[in-house]
Amino acid sequence: MITFDEVTKRYADGTVAVDRLTLEAPTGEITVFVGPSGCGKTTSLRMINRMIDPSEGRVLLDGVDVTTIDPPTLRRGIGYVIQQAGLFPHRKIVDNVATVPYLLGWDKKKARDRAMELLERVGLDLKLAGRYPFQLSGGQQQRVGVARALAADPPVLLMDEPFSAVDPVVRTSLQEELLRLQAELNKTIVFVTHDIDEAVKLGDRVAVLRVGGHLAQLDDPATLLSRPADDFVREFLGRDRGIRRLSFVSGHEVGLRADLTVPVSTETAGLRDTAEPWLAVLDEDGRPLGWARTDDLPASGTLAGVPLAPYGTFDRGRDSLRAALDATLLSPSGCAIAVDDAGRAEGVVTREALSEALDRVAGGAHA
Amino acid sequence: MNWLVDFFGDPANWSGPDGIPVRLTEHLQFSTVALLLAMLVALPLGLWIGHTGRGALLVVLSANAARALPTLGLLVLVVLLAGLSTDLPVLIPLVALAVPPILVNTYEGVRGVDPDLRDAAYGMGLRGGQVLGRVLVPVALPLILLGLRLAAIQVVATATVAAFVGLGGLGRYVVDGFATNDYPRTLGGAVLVALLALLVQLVFVLIQRLLVSPGVRRRNAVR
Ligand SMILES: Nc1ncnc2c1ncn2[C@@H]1O[C@H](COP(=O)(O)OP(=O)(O)OP(=O)(O)O)[C@@H](O)[C@H]1O
Ligand SMILES: [Mg+2]
Repeated sequence: MITFDEVTKRYADGTVAVDRLTLEAPTGEITVFVGPSGCGKTTSLRMINRMIDPSEGRVLLDGVDVTTIDPPTLRRGIGYVIQQAGLFPHRKIVDNVATVPYLLGWDKKKARDRAMELLERVGLDLKLAGRYPFQLSGGQQQRVGVARALAADPPVLLMDEPFSAVDPVVRTSLQEELLRLQAELNKTIVFVTHDIDEAVKLGDRVAVLRVGGHLAQLDDPATLLSRPADDFVREFLGRDRGIRRLSFVSGHEVGLRADLTVPVSTETAGLRDTAEPWLAVLDEDGRPLGWARTDDLPASGTLAGVPLAPYGTFDRGRDSLRAALDATLLSPSGCAIAVDDAGRAEGVVTREALSEALDRVAGGAHA
Repeated sequence: MNWLVDFFGDPANWSGPDGIPVRLTEHLQFSTVALLLAMLVALPLGLWIGHTGRGALLVVLSANAARALPTLGLLVLVVLLAGLSTDLPVLIPLVALAVPPILVNTYEGVRGVDPDLRDAAYGMGLRGGQVLGRVLVPVALPLILLGLRLAAIQVVATATVAAFVGLGGLGRYVVDGFATNDYPRTLGGAVLVALLALLVQLVFVLIQRLLVSPGVRRRNAVR
């Protein structure tokens, strides 16, 4: 566990970058520091591995004041990943990853074996091991940076905007990789970002800092989104806070309407006078085929001959309500089709059902 | 052209105390000693200043001095010192000439290493000396070698002045040639010095190949 105890950092020019920060980053969890530029995220992070020492207060690592530990020794036990990766350009990838094991005096063979293992772990092709950093893409370099930080298996990992210099697609895959790794490794991670989406995606807990180095709020992402502590946090979370909140509501929370689905073999005659404007048409196995508009149905025959409008689905077991909302937007009917693992329709989600679910969950959080 | 044939074709010029092998060896001895002394001073100083950032003024002064020194200052110095027939007076200007390029390039090389890289090195838990030895020097090596090469070439070319104060080296041919109106001799000496400078250049290219990591070579070639 990392503890900030009334930590203040005043730079030589008088700038107060961090002001009496008190918080805990629990063992085995990802704690994210998020906030606008200049709010003291980097400064706070670097006080953990003594790249910066506090002016007042203490930073404790498992109860031990870090300033009592010799910096190089302390740092060898803490993985550190920065934005530009900071790989050593003159060393091959494998040796970059083995940096800390070498420092710790492991023999070369063991250090390199470990490095190869980690390259594989972070999803890199082992062919890259013999290359130099300039021969890698930004995203690959960033993965190497993560592998290097993990090489000596430190219990703590500090990450300062590690994914902000890569394009959105690569960033998403790096984020997912990190979550996957974390599920296996259970490190104590402190992650700095200015991107609220990244913060709520990765964080078990999110600390929102405001300029001047004050802690504005520290909560789990769902609580943060549903109950911002003040106007600053609300503003920082942005206008799409409602949509983001949906990410934290399980698909099971939403009510389904089974009456809006019909098998493709159904005669149209009986459907033309329903009050519903749209019906979801399913094949023999119960998989969705598309939406039929009830006004346009022919007087006779089955649904098989009817032109169908496109549809969106979401997997109730796996997806959050954000995926459900997305699916409603993809359908002209304004509804999403909920499917099970096998792709069979379980029912239909209406927008009303979505807002009800959100209300219910928010109500629960307030109670 | 004939003069060159005259000079290099004369067997007398290839043996004895005034023969090319002896003169070449003398020339190389001065130059090597001067370069080694300059390295001894300038390399540690440049590394230290570049690493700590302290004493950068010294580098600036040295760079400026270098611009004034070789043309006029050095010659005056040598003339003043002429007559003293120990090695020392000759070595002083040669060393003085070699120090600035080594100092300036070593300093610039170390200083110019990407701050993020330096930061990452400390962040990994390298100690100050390790950061210098394992990261800054290897990354700055192309510039450090450039400084050494410039110094070596200047020293080799300028060591010709040793002859003015009665010491050996290839400069003897130039001086003696002038004194006796033996132009083939003067020209031959000059050509030998030029060839030697080329050779030095070549040696440094080889050293560069051997010592500089491919990961860094490419980086610098891009600039
Ligand atoms: N070495 C320094 N000397 C003086 N002031 C500094 C120094 N480093 C940072 N600051 C100031 O301290 C404040 C916090 O800086 P910090 O780098 O921690 O911000 P940050 O939250 O990481 O910002 P960003 O999102 O832009 O990286 C800023 O006002 C910054 O200008
Ligand atoms: Mg920062």
